[in-house]
Parts: sequence; structure tokens; C-alpha cells
Amino acid sequence: MSTVLPPAAGGSAAPTDPALDTGGGTGLWKDAFLRLRRNPQAIVGAIIIGLFLLVAALAPILAPYGGNDLPGRTSITPTSIPGPGEIDGFPLGLDRFGGDVLSKLIWGAQASLLIGVVSTTLGLAGGMLLGILSGGLGGWVDTVIMRFVDILLSIPSLLLAVSIAAVLGQSPYAIMIAIAVAQIPIFARLLRSSMLSQRGADYILAARTLGLSRSTITMSHLLPNSMGPLIVQATLTLATAVIDAAALSFLGLGGGLPQTAEWGRMLTYAQAELAVAPQLAFLPGACIVITALGFTLLGESLREALDPKTRRK
Amino acid sequence: MLRVIGKRIALLIPTLFGLSILLFLWVRSLPGGPATALLGEKATPEAVARVNELYGFDRPLLTQYFTYIGKLLQGDFGVSTNTGRPVLEEFATRFPATIELTVVALIFAIGVGIPLGYLAARYYGRFVDHSSVVLSLIGITVPVFFLAFILKYLFAIQWPILPPDGRQDPRIDATHVTDFYVLDGLLTGEWDAAWDAFLHLILPGLALGTIPLAIIVRITRASVLEVQNADYVRTARAKGLLERTIRGRFVLRNAMLPVVTTIGLQLGLLISGAILTETVFAFNGIGRFLRDAIFGLDYPVLQGFIIFIAILYALINLIVDLSYSVIDPRVRVQ
Repeated sequence: MSTVLPPAAGGSAAPTDPALDTGGGTGLWKDAFLRLRRNPQAIVGAIIIGLFLLVAALAPILAPYGGNDLPGRTSITPTSIPGPGEIDGFPLGLDRFGGDVLSKLIWGAQASLLIGVVSTTLGLAGGMLLGILSGGLGGWVDTVIMRFVDILLSIPSLLLAVSIAAVLGQSPYAIMIAIAVAQIPIFARLLRSSMLSQRGADYILAARTLGLSRSTITMSHLLPNSMGPLIVQATLTLATAVIDAAALSFLGLGGGLPQTAEWGRMLTYAQAELAVAPQLAFLPGACIVITALGFTLLGESLREALDPKTRRK
Repeated sequence: MLRVIGKRIALLIPTLFGLSILLFLWVRSLPGGPATALLGEKATPEAVARVNELYGFDRPLLTQYFTYIGKLLQGDFGVSTNTGRPVLEEFATRFPATIELTVVALIFAIGVGIPLGYLAARYYGRFVDHSSVVLSLIGITVPVFFLAFILKYLFAIQWPILPPDGRQDPRIDATHVTDFYVLDGLLTGEWDAAWDAFLHLILPGLALGTIPLAIIVRITRASVLEVQNADYVRTARAKGLLERTIRGRFVLRNAMLPVVTTIGLQLGLLISGAILTETVFAFNGIGRFLRDAIFGLDYPVLQGFIIFIAILYALINLIVDLSYSVIDPRVRVQ
């Protein structure tokens, strides 16, 4: 089931995934894909995400220096930090540690996308598990799970993530798990309500009259037909995951060395130099915004493409 | 009405009960146990043993839980390990700052968001509409702390027209009655103090309000778009009612239901955002206190705050639900 998860690459991975084409969903997904290809918004989003994924994957080749290296350590003084174009060999200048800003942005893309994708995958998997149990079994299982989800929802997600990261200690893995857990309630709720709305459908009745077992009906009929809203939500959640990951490491929960190449972390240390070296804040900030924009554009067009109201046109 | 409120509060009890169990287990699952959490990682075994005995951490889990919940029910949230003062007292001194900040953020978000969303729907497909869509897209994708940086750089450093941080200029000798600085200035007649405190609220308020603003614009736009083509609006128009009456009483009022729900749901976002905004603007409210609590591993504060927020969250949702009946008479009948 995990093959369904990363809908990021190229904007087309999710709709064409063969795992989703079972259970009579072919028409919907194929149609959605065709509509996505004609939507400029989706294309822009896909290009942005594709570009960042490429940069993240090719970081070892593209980046002039390692993520934690401090090649310009001798060129900085507490009062002067060379900006973009002010020093040879460092096109975007140096930061307060003497790190190459360009290299750090490139390695930061890897770190941020990895955290975003892994946490959303984990959150989706966890949410799906709870959602299937809840929507598929119903009864007291449903009540218990939904109460649990209510409790998680009553804690603001960033605070929940922060509390979890505090238990797990300061590390990138803690951030991944923390964001994942904070996402679980949303996915669980969504899948449950999506499954509930399908439960009364004619094809489910047909499957039941054929004498199929409850688990077969749930897994091969209800689930594939309830995945639409979840895929959309997952794409949109990737944007928030990247932002939340940056927020958590901005607050200092990422652990490791202070000069670690991570966008949120770069912003933490840009605070003190905001007046003299604003680019140290603006460059990583812009990277976060553009990545989040890419996922949002893609997610929104996917929602439009799957929405039966706009499909008719 | 009273029955509805009673039922909702009764439903809240199991949720809070579950939350208290989770929070209790949370601190017990910390690496090194609760005593290490209190004393820090370098604590000697003797000190750990002493704290365990003092706080009863060596007793059975169930006994500990009942002690914990018993204290909670009496309003005892424990003592902050960082400051040594009761958690509730710490909240009381810092909450006014955050409430002020949140109110400014919400006024900005609602005051700009609803008119903009409405205009976007009314002039659908035209310039206002397109720019509002782009604006709300940016509002959703810009992290609040980065936005805080941009605002601070532009309006406090590049063009220093607003103060970069703090709640009030320390040179102003202001009397504080309520700890709501703007209100204090107004109550005591110290106009310059009130004005200065207000100026300090603008940048963090804008930063904090932008995401809710973006969401409110989107929901209002979508909701008005749906309502303005409804049959009853066409009927009203056919009846020859004034356009103003139609827009105000038929379109806007009916479009407000989802908007009110959304505004109620922004609380979590605002609290999370306050932690980040207050950090950037060195604004001494609950958000910054929480950040320090996270890093000082001040568990009584974090536990107490989460319970507190959960109750607040539930209360706001209740108010939102009750406000439906004010907006929509059909809900009142049920």
C-alpha cells in the first residue's frame, strides 16, 4: 500500500498508480490525470516539485561543498559576513559560521524534502490504519478510535509535534515522527468519513449480496474508492510538513551541529544578522515558500481534477 | 439551549479525561523518567531517588495518576521547574500579552478577510478575484516565522517606522493594572503608553494574522460564490428587492456559517503561530514562555498548557456552534 504514498514526483505519480486503478476507479483517475495535464497551475506545481526533487537527489554533485563544511571560516569576522557576489568561490556568500550559503541551500533541500515526504508517508500510513479500522469495523472500535483522534485534534498540531519531539530528543528523526503523529488525526478522520459516505453505495450492496467477506469489501472496494480525498490531502500536507519541519528546526528541535544545512535552522541563525545580512534569512525562507507553493498548487489542482462538480464541465 | 450546552460540556469530559491520561503517560515515558526530566540529565542517583520519593514517582502508576488528576481537579497545575512559581500564576501573568496579540491578529484577519473574500466572489474572474486568490495562496505557503522576519526587516530595519521587538518601550513609565498594556494605558489615561503598546502589536499581529486571513478569504469567497447563485437569491431578485438588501440579508448572512466555523478553528493555528511570532519579536507572552519551557524541559508547564488549551479549544467550538443559531434561525428550531 505504501506504493501509493508519494504523490510528489512529476505531478502524475498518484493518479496513474496502478494500485489505485482497481475497484472501478480507472475512469476517475485517468480522467483526473488528463485534466491535470491541461491545468497550468498543476504544471507549474509539478515543475517546482520536480526541480527541487532533482536538486535534492543530486545534492552531492551540485553542491560545491558539504552541508556541514565551513570552507569560508577564515573569510568571516563577527562584523563582516560577505554577501552574494562579494567573495570569489561563494556565489551566494557566506553565513556566520563560514558555511557556503549555496551549498547549504542545496543540502537543505534534501533535508527538508526528506523530512516532508517521510513524515507525510508515516502520517498517511498511520491515519489510514486508524481510518480503515474505524470506518471498516465501525461499532465500539470506531468510537474508541474517534475519541482518541479527538484528543489529538484538541492539541494544536505544532504543540503536539513539539511535545513529541521533546520526548524523542533533538534529532531530525524526532521531527519526522512528531510531524507524522500530528498528521494522523486528519488522515484518519478523512478516510473514515470518506468510507462512511461510500458504505451505502450500490456497489457495496452488490458486493455484500455476492457474499463477499467484510475484510474483502473494506480492502478492495471501500478503500480504493475512498482514496481520492486522501491523496489530495497528502499532497497539500506535504506543503505543511515542509513548513512545520522548518518551524520545528527553527525552534531548535533538529539537534546536531549548529551549522547543519537545513532551511529552518538557517533562519534561526539569521535572526541576529537580519540588519546586516538579510539574505541569510530571505534565501532559505524563499526556498521553503517555493517548495510549499509547489505542493499546494499540485494538491489544489488535483482536488479540482477529482471534484465531480468541476469534472462535468 | 441550556440542554445543548450541558450536553456539549458532558461530551467534553471523556476527551479531557483521555487527554490527562495521555499527558500523564507522556511525562512518564520521557527518557530517564520524570525525575530526570525535573533535575536534568546530569542528576546524581541520590538526587533522583530523593525527587522520586518527594513527588511519589516510585509509587504504582495508578496511584500516581489519581494523585495527579486529583490535584488537577483542584486547579493545581504544579510548579514550573524553570521559575519555581506555580504554573497557573505564570500563565496568568503572560496570557494577557498573547490575548492582545491574538485579538489584533484576528481583527486584521477577519476585518480584511471577509470583505476581500466577498469582493472576490462578487467580482468573480476579475482583478480583485485573481489578486485575492494569489494573495491567499501566498498567505498559506509562507511560514509565519519567515513572514515575521520579512515584516521586521522591512518596517523596523529598512524603514524604521515600527518597533522591532518587545511589548512596550522600556523608557515609558507605564502603570499596569490588568497586564493588557493597551487597555492599561487607556484605563489610566496614559495615552502615550497605550499608543506605544499598540505600535508594538502591529508587526507581530500582522505576521500572526496572515495565515488565518488567507484561510478566511478562501472560505468566504467559496461560500459567497455558492450562495449567490442559490434559488432563494434569484427569487429575492425576481421579487424586486433592493440589491443591497439581497447582498446583505440573503447572500452574506447565509454565506457566514462556514466562515464562522473556520474562524473558530483558527485557534490552534494562532497558538502555534504565537510560539513562533513571539520568538521572532521577543514578545513576552505565553508563546515565548512555552518555547522556553520546551527548551528548559519544563514539563509541568507544558502539561498544564496543553490541558488548558484543550479546554479553551472546546469552549470556542461550543461558542461557534451556539453562534450558528444567531446567524441561522433554522438551527434554532432544531
